[in-house]
Amino acid sequence: MSGFVALVARDLRLVWRRPGDVAVVLAFFVVATTLFPLGIGPEANVLARIAAGVLWCAALFAALLSLDRLFAADFEDGTLDLLLLAPWPLELAALAKCCAHWIVTGLPLAVLAPLLGVAFGLEPAVLLALSATLLVGTPTLSLIGGLAAALTLGARKSGALLALLALPLCVPTLIFGAGAVEALATGGDFRAHIAVLAALALVALATTPWAIAAALRQAGE
Amino acid sequence: MADLHFLANPARFRRFSQRVVPSLSVATALMLAVGLYLALLQSPPDYQQGDTVRIMFVHVPSAWLAMAGYALLAGLGASLLIWRHPLAALMARAAAPVGAGFCAVCLLTGSLWGRPMWGAYWVWDARLTSMLLLFFLYLGHIALSRAYDEPDRGDRAAAILALIGVINLPIIKFSVDWWNTLHQPASVARLGGPSIHPSILVPLLWMAATLFLLFVLLVLLRTDTEIDRRRLENAEQQA
Repeated sequence: MSGFVALVARDLRLVWRRPGDVAVVLAFFVVATTLFPLGIGPEANVLARIAAGVLWCAALFAALLSLDRLFAADFEDGTLDLLLLAPWPLELAALAKCCAHWIVTGLPLAVLAPLLGVAFGLEPAVLLALSATLLVGTPTLSLIGGLAAALTLGARKSGALLALLALPLCVPTLIFGAGAVEALATGGDFRAHIAVLAALALVALATTPWAIAAALRQAGE
Repeated sequence: MADLHFLANPARFRRFSQRVVPSLSVATALMLAVGLYLALLQSPPDYQQGDTVRIMFVHVPSAWLAMAGYALLAGLGASLLIWRHPLAALMARAAAPVGAGFCAVCLLTGSLWGRPMWGAYWVWDARLTSMLLLFFLYLGHIALSRAYDEPDRGDRAAAILALIGVINLPIIKFSVDWWNTLHQPASVARLGGPSIHPSILVPLLWMAATLFLLFVLLVLLRTDTEIDRRRLENAEQQA
């Protein structure tokens, strides 16, 4: 367990020393979201109707954007070899990396999304719900994205390939995340959506660390 | 299980496929001729859909084979990761584009069928959408297996992807169904309805058997090609 905490702390420290990397991802999220009203038009009722879907899609893209460096830096400087040799499970290391990724992207996205939601004219209750769905849903994106990052480690054109692998697998999270917000706005069952979202996160938590570790072992061979 | 491992040796597989392919080709061609006769001439037009119902004889078997093909990829991926059968990697490489091809045929014929029946080439129906996502999963598998300079690495990465994909397919299917019931209140003409009449069911099953043979034939031929290609690459590296 101490190794897990140490690895998360190390990744956070690395990000802390170069905060620009995170800032770029968040800036992308803001700019990408801003483009939708410009492309679609400023009608308030249309924007409020599409806000949840737009913010969720933008969050998904932003989370993917930061993923191609998740293991690449460790792969290049030899840290990954040490993790492979370390006497504790690689699955735990994979989980720690995804956890750190979530803290520096998923968490800020969940905080930032309601601010952008205001610009889309969402009600305060819906803003809170949006934040809640992102909090529950983004761990799944970090885990699935982490798997895609591990699979494409060392591949040609890894960035585009990563998106191609991760996006279809993220569809359920997107559906239930955006669906939850819409359910609240239209009087549907919000709690059921959140419960499914949490279930998806738990399934990802139970399966992806093993797959990530298997992919990392192949990259290290 | 032992019988499956018997074919895992590329040279033995090569002898097997060379014995099977000629007769399989003839059988597929004959079945296709009979199947086309049954589907295009012998079976009656539908009382509502007219002659467009004949699209089904290609469309439905393609959908079945596209799904079966992904299950095959997952099985080959498991056998590559567990037993390290080199042939499993080559066969997965050979089978993925064939499965993706059947998936594309299913989507295209569905779209052509949808235009006269639903009035649109594409509707965001749950089944269409999950088929499209299956097609994307195929594309990811194909792209990943060919994205590395060392082919072995691509094979094993694609094997892991196929296993994760096969776990996720039911989840994706379920969530798309859910999404569809939420977002699409408009009713879409449902296929089937009452149980299918034998005059249509027999040609359908015949075409399904035919296209299954075609699938097997294409995978065998392409696996042979992959064996040749891998040998050539190894020879070039040694030279």
